[in-house]
Amino acid sequence: MAAFSLPAGSKIREGRQHRDASSGRLRAVKVYRWDPDSGENPRIDTFEVDMDACGPMVLDALIRIKNHIDSTLTFRRSCREGICGSCAMNIDGVNTLACTRSCEDIKGEIRIYPLPHMSVVKDLVPDLNNFYAQYASIKPWLQTDSAAPDRERLQSEEERARLDGLYECILCASCSTSCPSYWWNSDRYLGPAALLQAYRWIADSRDDATGERLDELDDAFKLYRCHTIMNCTNTCPKSLNPAKAIAEIKKTIVSRK
Amino acid sequence: MSLRHPLARVKGLGASGEGSHHWWGQRLSAVALAPLSIWFVFAVIDHIGDSHDEVIAWVSSPGVAVMLILFVGFMSYHALLGVQVVIEDYVHAESLKLVLVILVKGLALLAGLGGIFAILRVAL
Repeated sequence: MAAFSLPAGSKIREGRQHRDASSGRLRAVKVYRWDPDSGENPRIDTFEVDMDACGPMVLDALIRIKNHIDSTLTFRRSCREGICGSCAMNIDGVNTLACTRSCEDIKGEIRIYPLPHMSVVKDLVPDLNNFYAQYASIKPWLQTDSAAPDRERLQSEEERARLDGLYECILCASCSTSCPSYWWNSDRYLGPAALLQAYRWIADSRDDATGERLDELDDAFKLYRCHTIMNCTNTCPKSLNPAKAIAEIKKTIVSRK
Repeated sequence: MSLRHPLARVKGLGASGEGSHHWWGQRLSAVALAPLSIWFVFAVIDHIGDSHDEVIAWVSSPGVAVMLILFVGFMSYHALLGVQVVIEDYVHAESLKLVLVILVKGLALLAGLGGIFAILRVAL
């Protein structure tokens, strides 16, 4: 059965208190910590961060902590401008990118957890192997049977417009890890991110494998665990609509009956 | 613990080719049930306080009997599909899932056929 309570080793305990050496405008940042080598349960550490000494975004606060307060804090980040998708985490109860979430928009203390319901590698780093494998399984590349042309494969403006709202996905995993269906059945349900990408290729006028792609998705678990809960669309930091893409896949499959 | 490559695990046994049938059936039966349910509720309210003979006479009229059969049929089918989804969502042990789904299908068949038989028994 689905588990509704955390296993004993995952129960979160009260953590340590840390304080920024410089004392400007201090703000409490609570961060989920777990070190696989310690053998201890996860804990919530509280950091008093000097907001005058760091940039405006949650990622800036995390970098301030790592550089000046506790260098053992582990998290992923790269571009710091919302295009690489590395710093996706659960901030103030919502999955989003730390680099595009402003500290000022959060009331009270800033609570930071890793993406929900994923195995944790360390601190804020979730194990995304299954997520990436699901993306690979939908064959996210152009498949054609026709001979390669001497130049680009042309699209009309309307055909190109069908990819808007699909190609912008940065695969940060915020949507999939906000989805209860994905929490319960991520071993078989592909999740909103992979399905949005699947539709991105189904909708592509240059792709010849539409039928095979639909065949691959016509499955009670791969696609139809989506119950239109809409958490994916609510949480997407790029304001995309995976729920609509999934609905379009379902409609397309019915249209060939 | 498995040392299988994540991609092999995700691809698993492949697509069953069955999900769309279930999903479409659930949508269509919902569309059929919307007017049927409203009709059923108002029809029952309309007959509150009627005598046994009056209700028997009402069910026996061909139009009403057909509507009742449609209602019971679609209701059992729709309920079966809905409960099956809940079981598939939350029950992860394959053997238990299989037993429960077969059980629910049996119950839905029993309820549907039983209801339709009862209506025909009264109507014919």
